[in-house]
Amino acid sequence: MTLARRIIPCLDVDAGRVVKGIEFEGLRDMGDPAELGARYNREGADELVVLDISASVQGRATFLETIRRVAQQLNIPLTAGGGIRKMEDGRAVLRAGADKVTVNTAAVERPELISELSQQFGAQAVVLSLDVKRSGDSWEAYTRGGRDATGLDAALWAAEAVSRGAGEILVTSIDRDGTCSGFDCDLTAKIASTVPVPVIASGGASTFEDFLAVFTAGRADAALAASIFHQETRSIAALKNFLSASGVPIRMNP
Amino acid sequence: MKIAIVDYGAGNLPSVERALRGLGAETERAVEPAQLDAATAIVLPGVGHFAAFVAGLRDRNLAEPLRAAYQAGVPILGICLGLQAMFASSEEAPGDKGLGFFPEQVRALPTNVKSPHIGWNQIRRTKASVLLRGIPEDAYFYFAHSFAAPASAEPTVAACDHGFPFSAVLEQGNLRGVQFHPEKSGQTGAQVLRNFLESIQ
Repeated sequence: MTLARRIIPCLDVDAGRVVKGIEFEGLRDMGDPAELGARYNREGADELVVLDISASVQGRATFLETIRRVAQQLNIPLTAGGGIRKMEDGRAVLRAGADKVTVNTAAVERPELISELSQQFGAQAVVLSLDVKRSGDSWEAYTRGGRDATGLDAALWAAEAVSRGAGEILVTSIDRDGTCSGFDCDLTAKIASTVPVPVIASGGASTFEDFLAVFTAGRADAALAASIFHQETRSIAALKNFLSASGVPIRMNP
Repeated sequence: MKIAIVDYGAGNLPSVERALRGLGAETERAVEPAQLDAATAIVLPGVGHFAAFVAGLRDRNLAEPLRAAYQAGVPILGICLGLQAMFASSEEAPGDKGLGFFPEQVRALPTNVKSPHIGWNQIRRTKASVLLRGIPEDAYFYFAHSFAAPASAEPTVAACDHGFPFSAVLEQGNLRGVQFHPEKSGQTGAQVLRNFLESIQ
């Protein structure tokens, strides 16, 4: 009996479509979120994350509609976030069908947001999204999609967020994101050894070995990836077979 | 056959409702006592705080009709916090009384394990189970909770270990409970709900 490590596809959504940021090109359309969500649900994803990358005020209604459409396709947990500024934003996302909500920029600006969400919906429903850049021997938290440095040490901020009621940490290496050079295992191991809640690793996934490394040396409880699954360069089933054969506890039957 | 899903103001009611309807069940959201009196079976969904659950039932006058339904033999399925609420009390809200169908106290997961217990875990069967019929021994179920009822509680038919052995599935008379979320546990979870529906026909 072992708690399985989770494989989590992520849908970055803009104006109701799944998109992928391409350097110097802008956004490339990757498909319909409900169709992709249904596919991942069928293929054995352990959970799904949907992020509103536009996070514009006028786009909120569209994003909530996207959550509703995706949630109807799933019998696995759904996490949603991007642009969550206040308690009512979180409530709207959960009412639309998400099981958990992620917070990032607004929680750095006003950490009480985490306490409020956690008291209302429970720690299991509140995920701190932590965007991080390495600086020397430590890591710094960034906000606004990785644009603004906060001056906060990532591990200390993660610990504060947990003490305020965050039930999971989604840690994204900005340095590795989109590089296909593997997860930053030092970073995830640092966060996992600091906080007593599950850690979801994100940023840099490319090969099956990257996932194995983040579940062993990186001590992650879950690993998140986007484009390698969308482009069908890596199937979830093949990845899970590889990890299971490598000794990682994995949920195999759907 | 009509299944009343108790709507106490929180909880992941739409997911449970969609899952049951997807299996062909007729459901309604119960917000007042008369709806519970008329139900063939009752589902107590649950996400959130024990105190909010207790207060939600009290404010809607649903606790007494639930106890009456239990006494009358109406099948009741508690999910996650809905299972915990069947016990006498919880460390999450020491001053609040649960439904008291079982005498134990729900306990916090200890600090030597990650809490919340979030993710897919396996369970260990200790007695014959209606809800787990046809489900492989090594199947995974999705858990998301920080509190749990001790596996030593008499109605436990399957246990899970996370910090201490806790009740993952309980069955006794007309009462059924699952600490995991069947509505989020893929095809395995759908089979649990299907088993519940078949058991009440």
